[in-house]
Amino acid sequence: MSNLPSSQTAVPQTHPLVKGEVGPGCAKTDPIVIADSVTRQFGGLKAVDVAHLEIPRGKITALIGPNGAGKTTMFNLLTGFDKPNTGTWEFDGKSLAGVPAFKVARAGMVRTFQLTKSLGRLSVLQNMLLGATGQRGEGLFSSLVKPLWRKQEEENTARADDLLARFKLDAKREDYAASLSGGQRKLLEMARALMSNPELIMLDEPMAGVNPALTQSLLGHIKNLKDDGTSVLFVEHDMHMVMHISDWVIVMAEGRVVAEGPPETVMKDPAVIDAYLGAHHDEDLGDLMEDGPNPVLEAERKAREAHPEIEAEHEAAGYAEPVTPASREEEQR
Amino acid sequence: MDWGNIFGNAVGEIISPTTAAYALAAIGLGVHFGYTGLLNFGQAAFLLIGAYAFAIPTLAGAPIIVAVLSAIICSVIFAFILGIPTLRLRADYLAIVTIASAEVVRYIVTTTGLTDFTGAANGLSGFKGTFAAINPIPQGTYGFGPFTYNEYDWWVRIVGWALVILASVLVFLLMRSPWGRVVKGIREDEDAVRSLGKNVYSYKMQALVIGGVMGSVAGIVFILPRAVQPANYTTGLTFFIWTIMLLGGAATIFGPIVGSMIFWVVLSLTQGILYGAIESGALTFISTTQAGQIRFILVGVALMLLVIFRPQGIFGNKKELSFSV
Repeated sequence: MSNLPSSQTAVPQTHPLVKGEVGPGCAKTDPIVIADSVTRQFGGLKAVDVAHLEIPRGKITALIGPNGAGKTTMFNLLTGFDKPNTGTWEFDGKSLAGVPAFKVARAGMVRTFQLTKSLGRLSVLQNMLLGATGQRGEGLFSSLVKPLWRKQEEENTARADDLLARFKLDAKREDYAASLSGGQRKLLEMARALMSNPELIMLDEPMAGVNPALTQSLLGHIKNLKDDGTSVLFVEHDMHMVMHISDWVIVMAEGRVVAEGPPETVMKDPAVIDAYLGAHHDEDLGDLMEDGPNPVLEAERKAREAHPEIEAEHEAAGYAEPVTPASREEEQR
Repeated sequence: MDWGNIFGNAVGEIISPTTAAYALAAIGLGVHFGYTGLLNFGQAAFLLIGAYAFAIPTLAGAPIIVAVLSAIICSVIFAFILGIPTLRLRADYLAIVTIASAEVVRYIVTTTGLTDFTGAANGLSGFKGTFAAINPIPQGTYGFGPFTYNEYDWWVRIVGWALVILASVLVFLLMRSPWGRVVKGIREDEDAVRSLGKNVYSYKMQALVIGGVMGSVAGIVFILPRAVQPANYTTGLTFFIWTIMLLGGAATIFGPIVGSMIFWVVLSLTQGILYGAIESGALTFISTTQAGQIRFILVGVALMLLVIFRPQGIFGNKKELSFSV
């Protein structure tokens, strides 16, 4: 936990995005989100414990880390879907701590979900239109008078069609969202989030479960977002993709920010290699079973030594020898 | 058996004020469940509140407009009481709270301590004067065949069905608008709608109030041809309304109306046929009282069959339900 090796390399590094020295929690020249001492505890587990975090404006920032590192929890906290135990954060200079999720979205910080939330029994177009903000027809009384919102609805529809065409979903316009494939739903969710012209779009594992061909087009869309001036923060497991499109990488492990930096250097950071890939990252796990220290087999061996009677029982019950990689291979043959 | 009479009664149910009241309550429930996804298992409570909040002021001498407003305001307050603590929670909590509170209000009006206000178990009667007084139809009997009624009965039917049409038009206008899109989105996944900047809590509350007011007005229509009887507002009533809504199709405009008509025609037909068979000696092993109960057993079976084999109802879109999201 706290004894994770520091990510500081011998020579202090600098980067144009960073004010001062590069390192976990470093200050950015132009941050869009600044978070301070954000913690979230689930029982005895501190899922998020971030002392300071800044996300650069107008860039693509990747948030990576092993499973259970607190990435999604951090997303939920920043977007108001979860309440932190402590902490403050501001978005574009406005404090958003304790602000409900819908107001966070209205402020221009829109998120997608790891498990896609397409609205199945609404058409693709309806899904898109739901993303538009400031709709007059969404008021209870104004909704009854169509002339009040017809024009705005037409404008929103035109925008939605435009986005659907960009995301190659225009052929599916009238279909129910539930009839889309998993990858198309991811596209729809991203396109829907863009309907509100967000300042910052937060994508929670946009590539999970998407086939490689679609991944390429998703990557293109994310890059286009940056070109349009939108800041992007995304959680991802696919390292190649992270290397490929992100300008900045923030690494979380066990709730903390353990390293950050540009993708080329952050991957070489020993803290990242340890935290993210584990100490055995350059070994095949299969090899580990055969030769290296294997805790499971070790425990089995110790148990046999301590309780020889078990073995006798096993033999009596007709069990084979304890399973070893060698015997397993034999079985497979 | 007097088949003419049996069919006459059944056909008469099509436009009866009770059918209109159930249709209205089912339209309100459709706003709750069909469009917004709110599991309201206490629609009977809204009818009860409408009935008592209309009858009590009327008996105290209030003009009809005050009595109707009282019914509407009381149901709005009740919707807030139900919604404020539960709408922030998962959908199932609302289901538990509504079913419990429907029983709570029924026990409250049955309390003997409130006999002066609610008539306790005897209920209330004698509140039809103000409604009859604004009847523009001259005294007499009108109509043909099974649709022959006096001026009061026609007046109740006209007002009841006018309210049904009004409610349907309101639901149609709401649901084709962006407002309707938001509540339908909430039905599908409220977190997604929240992430798009919509105040989900507020929309759920609005939907709860709208459907509740429709239930309350249905409560007024329901008591105009009869007396207020607390025994009418058991959970059974709620489940009849659910059956009607599911029969027609939960998120449809005409579903609740046609569902209510079919429900009451079938109930009337089965009653007529069973009673006829018992009286003529064809059925000997049950009494007429038991026959009355059997009809409602059949309603339960019909509800189950409906949910299993035709969950979209008569008007519902099969395609819409064929996706398991």
